[in-house]
Amino acid sequence: MNPTFASIAIAGPEAVLTAGSLLALMLGTYGGGDRALKGLTWVCVLILGIAGLTLLDDPATRQYAFDGLYVADGFSAFLKVLILGSAAASMLLALPYLADVKTGRFEYPVLLMLATLGMCMMVSANDMLSLYIGLELTSLASYVLAAFHRGEARSSEAGLKYFVLGALASGILLYGITLVYGFAGSTGFPVMHAVLGAQAERSLGVLVGLVFIVAGLAFKISAVPFHMWTPDVYEGAPTPVAAFFSAAPKAAALGLLVRVLVGAFGPMQVDWQQIVIFLSVASMGLGAVGAIGQTNVKRLLAYSSIANIGFALVGLAAATPQGIEALLFYTAVYLAMTLGSFLVVLQLRRADGAPVELLSDLSGLSKVRPGLAAALAIFMFSLAGIPPLLGFWPKFAVFQAAVGAGLVPLAIIGFITSVVAAYYYLRLVKVMYFDDAGVAVVSDGGRTNGAMIAAAALFCSPIGMLAITPLVAAAGRAAAALYVITG
Amino acid sequence: MPILSIMILAPVLSAVLLVALPGMDARRARIIALVTTVVEFALGLIMWSGYENAAAGFQFVEKLPLFAPYLDWHLGIDGIALMLILLSVFLMPLCILASWESVKTRVPEYMAAFLIMESLMIGTFAARDIFLFYLFFEAGLIPMFLIIGIWGGARRIYASYKFFLYTLLGSVLMLVGMLYMVGEAGSTDIGVLSRWNFTPEAQFWLFLAFFASFAVKMPMWPVHTWLPDAHVEAPTAGSVILAGVLLKLGGYGFVRFSLPMFPDASAQLIWLVLALSMVAVVYTSLVALVQNDMKKLIAYSSVAHMAFVTAGLFALNTQGIEGSLVMMLSHGLVSGALFLCVGVVYDRLHTREIGRYGGLADTMPRYALLLLFFTMASVGLPATSGFVAEFLVLLGLYQTSTWATFVMTTGIILGAAYMLWLYRRIAFGSAAGDDTRAMPDLSVREIAILLPITAAVLWMGIYPKSFQAPMKPAIASIVARLDGREMATLPTRMTLTPGLPVNLLPPAAKAAFDMPMAAEPETHR
Repeated sequence: MNPTFASIAIAGPEAVLTAGSLLALMLGTYGGGDRALKGLTWVCVLILGIAGLTLLDDPATRQYAFDGLYVADGFSAFLKVLILGSAAASMLLALPYLADVKTGRFEYPVLLMLATLGMCMMVSANDMLSLYIGLELTSLASYVLAAFHRGEARSSEAGLKYFVLGALASGILLYGITLVYGFAGSTGFPVMHAVLGAQAERSLGVLVGLVFIVAGLAFKISAVPFHMWTPDVYEGAPTPVAAFFSAAPKAAALGLLVRVLVGAFGPMQVDWQQIVIFLSVASMGLGAVGAIGQTNVKRLLAYSSIANIGFALVGLAAATPQGIEALLFYTAVYLAMTLGSFLVVLQLRRADGAPVELLSDLSGLSKVRPGLAAALAIFMFSLAGIPPLLGFWPKFAVFQAAVGAGLVPLAIIGFITSVVAAYYYLRLVKVMYFDDAGVAVVSDGGRTNGAMIAAAALFCSPIGMLAITPLVAAAGRAAAALYVITG
Repeated sequence: MPILSIMILAPVLSAVLLVALPGMDARRARIIALVTTVVEFALGLIMWSGYENAAAGFQFVEKLPLFAPYLDWHLGIDGIALMLILLSVFLMPLCILASWESVKTRVPEYMAAFLIMESLMIGTFAARDIFLFYLFFEAGLIPMFLIIGIWGGARRIYASYKFFLYTLLGSVLMLVGMLYMVGEAGSTDIGVLSRWNFTPEAQFWLFLAFFASFAVKMPMWPVHTWLPDAHVEAPTAGSVILAGVLLKLGGYGFVRFSLPMFPDASAQLIWLVLALSMVAVVYTSLVALVQNDMKKLIAYSSVAHMAFVTAGLFALNTQGIEGSLVMMLSHGLVSGALFLCVGVVYDRLHTREIGRYGGLADTMPRYALLLLFFTMASVGLPATSGFVAEFLVLLGLYQTSTWATFVMTTGIILGAAYMLWLYRRIAFGSAAGDDTRAMPDLSVREIAILLPITAAVLWMGIYPKSFQAPMKPAIASIVARLDGREMATLPTRMTLTPGLPVNLLPPAAKAAFDMPMAAEPETHR
């Protein structure tokens, strides 16, 4: 077969998403515009589903495409399933919100799909250049999404802030790439791995380049100290967009970081391990402390996502296949917890029609809407990592990997920050269950969202523990695939 | 029949029904909860009757690799676990009855929380997988947090947070220790880990990690401060469960993990545990003397009693450990009953202030009689369970450290002082007001709650063998693990020159101070 066609066949999900997003753009422009939002969203979900189907004939071995710019293996397939799933959920959960606040523009699902395409590229990147293309595609779509509420100053501010800081991070990343290119002589990950491995004494320049690359990527996963944009953007962006930001892009950027560090910088493990440990400890700590004073649910969830990234990075800090397995397991469960929490928040509106954003709006929720309150309580206890809820087990897995790698102090620090974090998760439970009803809230939002909440809550509840075995096995296969040539 | 799985899952199913079934009202919720807990008690009795007292090892074992690779659904009980499970299922129906009228809001949720609590307690005692144990151990925080926070008193929110965060912080350190142990031994089976010989260096840190958790749960001085707050703010039945069963988790943890898994560290750190126990028993007894709040007084007395448990366990001999276990059972019954007694008058007068009561011996004679009985049991009057427990603990402790025994005995005297003084203020004298005088005596329901506990306390006091016999093989295996470990030197003899640290003494003096630990004669009661 012609090499180009062979490459396209390997990059099945991306091919489907590219064609699909162009098709959706056409449909939106010529087929009814904003009125067709609902139908278009379902079409986009369908396209995401087809993209997911192309992952089914998952190759047992690693396949390269486009002259080694692109790689498809078990690792990318696992993350793509997560990305496509959470992107589809993010599209659907926005429908009632967009119908209400009159910003229901058809570009919303299309932009989401373009961002998803970028994310799939990110986790399949095998070269610094394809990495950058994927990253920028995701980021540009995200900047627009953050400012999607264009009539509102807060949303525009969020978009602009995100854009300026994101551009800065991209610049830092590019600078790091050029530095490393100078010393490794290639931008391809396997070549970099081989060249860096062969160098007995590495130049300081490579290290500087590594630090810059990690800093640029840390911005995307909002790891401390590159997290500053997160609470502001989450608060300013429309709530469904904040839900999207907290889910799929985090999974993609984490996957990318893992692939770059293990795949390209594997021989420099001693160097990057220290950086990752620092990022992890700082994120867990600041995520836990920063959330304590928050009164806005979205800001609180932003800090929660920072802390969770810190926990996931513990798995990377262990730098073993077991650690990567734990990180992937963590990501999978984290997506369900964070999307579930945002879904509950989205499901509620104050009596005056404004969306619920303040913690105090939720007071006494358990008396008015016991089902929703119970679901949110499950997500909170799960995020806090209290067994037997499912959220405990990924934490358990990453710390088990850390202890296995001899990082006992990291595990101790991590668990102590998880106790601090428990304080603010409990605060939501307290507001819902212990306080008297405050502002009247009404629930709206379609049956789809209700079903998604129920599914996520069931997954995070103790019943979800039955999913541990298959999920961990899948994550284990994905992590093993990553280590095929590098390990 | 997988009786342990049934006992764990049945209350959960019942709880799910309570909150999920449409048209659930308070009356139906109470009845469903009562029926479930009574069935659980019956299952507990069936299990007791099927238990082979003489057999060593674990019985009713079930093992399913449900949650591989992290943990197994692995259950099984020895005599210690059996007794504690029986205590839990015995107290539960009484708790439901005690909340029959006093809880009026959100009854189905309340009952569901208690049923889940019951299932988690049974699970904690029955778990044979170390992470399954941790799961149940920690999960208990959630329902208790909700019970205190939703149905508690005025400062319930503060108390619920303090309870949750305090115990969580203690437990996470233990979890790190567990992760390390499983990494070393390559198995999550508690039985395997109990036979694994960790290096003394590792044991030292592991012991401290587990100690952080169990000491908070116990609670030992100085990390006991969450307990009085939690007790005071919790609803009556919540206090009963807290004092009756949850406090036992700490002692159970020491018996199940610290002693057999870290025998060297246990023997070396005996000074730490005994010192904290000695401080606790004197300090908290003195604090109990000055309390004006009934629940707070009983809460502090619980801390003092738990200090007896730790002191007995770390006597590291058969009598001490056996005494501690009996103490745990006895305290579970007696302090549970005392909280129920407080609940009885609280339901009538809605205050726990001791000064508002008085003269109840005249106005509520039946109540005064039962209260007197439980006061005496708490003090440790012969023929009650408290006496058996205290006697055995002191007997065991005396062989390890006479000084510690001396201090602990003063604790008994102080305990008698504050309990009797409490009784004098409540039951004797004249009523503090007309409303106090107008309180009706015990209702049939309240008598039905207290009488079974009375019977159990007497049974355990007069014929403790029924309860001790199943525990003997388990205790023997723990003592076998501890045999021959080098103990930290303690001031064992009451002389004018109490013992010096061992490394400062010449070998001959060391030999003279060392106490033989092995081969305790099996002649005691």
